[in-house]
Amino acid sequence: MNDKVMLAHGSGGKLSHELIEKAFLPVLGNPLLDRLDDSAVFELEGRLALTTDSYVVNPIFFPGGDIGRLAVCGTVNDLAMCGATPLYLSLALVIEEGLPMEELRRVTASVKKTADEAGVSIVTGDTKVVERGSADRIFINTAGIGRIPQNVNISGANARPGDKVILSGSIGEHGIAVMSQREGLRFSVPVESDCAPLNHLVEEMLAASARINCMRDPTRGGLASTLNEIAGQSGAGIRIEEEKIAVKEAVGAACELLGFDPLYVANEGKLIAVVPPEDAEKVVAAMRRRRYGQEAAIIGEVVADHPGQVVMTTRLGASRIVDMLTGELLPRIC
Amino acid sequence: MKYAAEYRNAELGKQLIERIRRRSGKPARLMEFCGGHTITIVKHGIRQLLPDNIEMLSGPGCPVCVTASADLDKAIALARLPGVIITSFGDMLRVPGSYASLQQAKAEDADVRIVYSTQDALQIARENPAKSVVFIGVGFETTAPTIAVSVLEAAREGIENYFVLSLHKLCPPVMKALLDSGEVRLDGIVCPGHVSVITGSRPYEFIPRDYGIACAVAGFEPLDVLLCIDMLVAQIENNTPKVEIAYRRSVSPEGNRRALEVMEQVFTPCPADWRGIGTIPGSGLAVREEFRRFDAEQAFKLEIPPPREPKGCICGDILRGVKTPIDCRLFRRTCTPEHPVGPCMVSAEGSCAIYYQYGEGHER
Amino acid sequence: MCLAIPALVKAIDGQQADVEIEGVSRRVSIWLTPEVKVGDYVLLHTGYAINVIDAAEAEITLGLMREMVSGSEAGEQPGA
Repeated sequence: MNDKVMLAHGSGGKLSHELIEKAFLPVLGNPLLDRLDDSAVFELEGRLALTTDSYVVNPIFFPGGDIGRLAVCGTVNDLAMCGATPLYLSLALVIEEGLPMEELRRVTASVKKTADEAGVSIVTGDTKVVERGSADRIFINTAGIGRIPQNVNISGANARPGDKVILSGSIGEHGIAVMSQREGLRFSVPVESDCAPLNHLVEEMLAASARINCMRDPTRGGLASTLNEIAGQSGAGIRIEEEKIAVKEAVGAACELLGFDPLYVANEGKLIAVVPPEDAEKVVAAMRRRRYGQEAAIIGEVVADHPGQVVMTTRLGASRIVDMLTGELLPRIC
Repeated sequence: MKYAAEYRNAELGKQLIERIRRRSGKPARLMEFCGGHTITIVKHGIRQLLPDNIEMLSGPGCPVCVTASADLDKAIALARLPGVIITSFGDMLRVPGSYASLQQAKAEDADVRIVYSTQDALQIARENPAKSVVFIGVGFETTAPTIAVSVLEAAREGIENYFVLSLHKLCPPVMKALLDSGEVRLDGIVCPGHVSVITGSRPYEFIPRDYGIACAVAGFEPLDVLLCIDMLVAQIENNTPKVEIAYRRSVSPEGNRRALEVMEQVFTPCPADWRGIGTIPGSGLAVREEFRRFDAEQAFKLEIPPPREPKGCICGDILRGVKTPIDCRLFRRTCTPEHPVGPCMVSAEGSCAIYYQYGEGHER
Repeated sequence: MCLAIPALVKAIDGQQADVEIEGVSRRVSIWLTPEVKVGDYVLLHTGYAINVIDAAEAEITLGLMREMVSGSEAGEQPGA
């Protein structure tokens, strides 16, 4: 095979087939994918969840992960946040002409490794190649299907006053890991992206309590934006405590240097759960038994006051509003 | 984080607040000059916790906010020139000029890059010898020396494609202009923290001497600001205005002599246009004749449309401490961080952005 | 206003230094603080050390604050 991806690799002809046979099937292969029909055909019963996301992260390789891992985790997690068991993923690639084949191999291997960790299969895919300059190295879209158990009813609109708000771990790692690789900033940070599939963690949580009201992963926009979404959808207020929110020292330092607030920095391996007060401790205990929930903690609660708004009690004991992210998170000096 | 975490101690903070409440009797109108101090005060809820007789006003210490539309228009005109790479601190990207922002120019194909340091800008110049790299120099005395060093290094290395657009501003002249305007009656000033690392605290001595106003230089952690307020309260209660330093680990009366020399070597004071305030003599920095070849304004022919200010925007009044964002009819209605009308809403240190972000005026 | 944070100087190389804050590291210019030594803490602003933090003064300030609040418990009058 050539050492670079070329336009012909996306044209549907011989080179396309060569790419599938040599780069994708050996790595991702499974009975559904191997058939290479236009669609993956399977039977599924029950309440289903379907989600899709496109991944355009730059750079495509960053400390702790890459675009391939991200593409699987993001979609698996969106399914898990609804309480669904993720089953099948589609994988669509838009590759910029000239991408080294070695990088495509690395990304594909990462997709496989992450899919295995999550216990999902890639059952159908598509590859397009566009001219140099029309895509940033590689863009990925994944769609995912999962099945939701009968008694599970999770939605951002279900938060009720009295519920506890649980955060699965420390915040800000993904955003800082990616930002540190950007040109013009030249920092070296001992921070890895927290990118991880959370479906097994969620299974454990649902086993501990069938009454989880909301779950969401605080990706772009950070913890603050996600909490605001839940508050808005539920028509309730949320109060959190600054001291309970964990931020790794290096993340805090990098945020200070760049003028970011960790509350707004993206996470790719964390979740928020809103749980009735009687079940909160149980759920936290269950989370702490799993790899991606070891630092789970209750960070606040849902209240009847200030509906739709998130208020934080600061270290000094004052209150201040935590709004959604407005605009872009740009590094600042002033 | 050493030298930061200790100054965030919640217990000590609460006790300092108690002490201020106990010791403060007279009405005290305090201005925190720096946007950075406004952020600390609002973020930690200090404003709420202070006694009612202490009023905090925000001043014009936001270098991004006070950059005149016409100056921003120059930066955007430079961005649109072929073969030019604009390097800038992130803060400037979204500020609206008369017709556009740097970010909009970037979306229309201009090469605009965010850098953390002029060191990075110099590196971009070295790596792109066929292009002209222009650094948008915005900031007060804290930042100006760092731009000056980049010019000296470029000169020493013979880098010929590095330029600086000097939009730097100085603090003492604007402080004087504000006090002379008589628009705002102040009892005390929380003096700039990091500007003072460079300038020292001596430049503020005219304030207690000529205006009878209490002064103290504060750091940026909550305890630093509370210590400063405590000092101001004592000066006000005892009627002993002077200049004190609450940030002694980083600020001395003389400042950083080397930084002042470097600034002096590359720049000379000149009149500058402060958005919402007007022209203040001696409040800007121009590149000296000797380093003219690094001055973007001299090196490039710029065609700038006539500047204009957005209607209804009272950023000027807010910067001078005459009004607060809550007094602005546009605030939260037509002027929001997603759709900013004026610079005070765009800059992270602008009063309006801070008030909006932290819900000031939402107090129940 | 100007974001500046305390960083530890790990190594010096001419007019540059390697500094670190909680494991985050960067090469910075020490043109403005030529007197700096390895082991010093500096205030880092836009990639430059703008001053060497005075450790003794830092301690004094903390001590002063602690004293102030314990002294307050004895019941001070306004303006005392």
